[in-house]
Amino acid sequence: MKEEDNAGCSCHGQKSATPDNACGPAPASNRNEIKTATSVLTFQDKLTHVLARLGIRRGGWRVEPGLYRLGDAGEESPVLVTANYKLSFDALRSALSGMDAFILVLDTFGINVWCAAGKGTFGTDELVSRIESSRLADVVTTRRMLVPQLGTTGVAAHEVKARSGFKVDYGPVRAEDIPEFLRAGKATPEMRRIRFDLRDRVVLIPVEANQALPIAAGVSLAAYIADGTIASAGIAGAAIAGLVGVPVLLPWLPADEYSAKGFILGGIVALATAGTALLSDDGSSLTLRLMRAASYVLAIPPLTAFIALNFTGATPYPSPSGVRKEIFRYVPVMAGMTVTGIIVNVAQKIARMRKG
Amino acid sequence: MAKAKVNTLEFDRDACNNCGMCITVCPHGVFAEDGRAVRLADPDACMECGACALNCSQEAIRVDSGVGCANAMIMAALTGRKEVTCGCDSCC
Ligand code: SF4
Ligand code: SF4
Repeated sequence: MKEEDNAGCSCHGQKSATPDNACGPAPASNRNEIKTATSVLTFQDKLTHVLARLGIRRGGWRVEPGLYRLGDAGEESPVLVTANYKLSFDALRSALSGMDAFILVLDTFGINVWCAAGKGTFGTDELVSRIESSRLADVVTTRRMLVPQLGTTGVAAHEVKARSGFKVDYGPVRAEDIPEFLRAGKATPEMRRIRFDLRDRVVLIPVEANQALPIAAGVSLAAYIADGTIASAGIAGAAIAGLVGVPVLLPWLPADEYSAKGFILGGIVALATAGTALLSDDGSSLTLRLMRAASYVLAIPPLTAFIALNFTGATPYPSPSGVRKEIFRYVPVMAGMTVTGIIVNVAQKIARMRKG
Repeated sequence: MAKAKVNTLEFDRDACNNCGMCITVCPHGVFAEDGRAVRLADPDACMECGACALNCSQEAIRVDSGVGCANAMIMAALTGRKEVTCGCDSCC
């Protein structure tokens, strides 16, 4: 590969990462060539996964679109379709360890299958044109391909069949179930369900934290300057409860809506903070201490609730209609509580200053 | 016409040819076999992803799927702008 072919490549210095051509477009002469992939993930692959999971340049982890040969794939080997997001591609090829197969990588601009299908880039048009440009019909004699379950929101199987002659089978939600699926020839209902178990939820934490932590740290610092250590610790606790507590405890928090789940955890943090403020004898009257405690009970839970509401964006359960209702029901409550809490806090501060 | 309560899913059983595609594509088990046509077994579990409607060759299913990204909706509701896209490379 010539150096100038790498212009615009988003993955500098990754040329040795499999697949070999992952960086930049291939020279025009062999654009339709079948590229080679292995099912072995190198240390470098794993490192990029960690970075991607941390939310660092997530859009930049692209694989070159096109047809890849895995193992000793021949004209009767299965064809599997995926997105050109490195994590999607790597999950697929490593799940196919020891198997011979073709992988057709669609150009989804480095976005994963689920999001790209929602946006339509992982869709019927791209699939049909990729089948043509890769001359797949000349490479395999079979006329079937496996599209991941999460791609169904972008791909219409009957249209692909009509336009390309290839029959689309929808595979399991998870790449790790694919070998079993290929062996059995069909997916169990279990394989078709989105599970969103603890592991799925925990991997989302760093990405969410990446966005929310700077803001939470700023708010916590402001609370420290304005009110002191206890308020600052309460805010920090509420943020951690939202970022870590909500995803981890999700199924066990006794509420349907995510905001309500957040209010439960945030409420616990707020009560602890308020209790600490009430019990710490700073020489002020009980009324003033009660007011301060009340301001915490009001202002702290909405932070956790808001982070929890944001988490819905990353989860596969809520329907847009449900989320919309939830937003209109809870966001005014959050705003009202926060503002009231701040007013109560300022009031007790003014009273203290008058006395002092 | 069967309808769900909390979402926009609609199913026209008379148009259904019982191909079973919706059962296959739905990640939340909303459809189930039921004799000569499928039925809505658990409509309230629908997350409005739109996969069933897109893959039903008989156009027997309607669902308002939007962009299918809750982050986009939260942004839209909070900023008052239209739900176009989440605009984030980093989503999901
Ligand atoms: S995909 Fe359409 S035609 Fe096929 S079973 Fe479902 S509703 Fe009926
Ligand atoms: S829109 Fe999605 S979740 Fe709802 S019924 Fe259809 S496939 Fe299932």
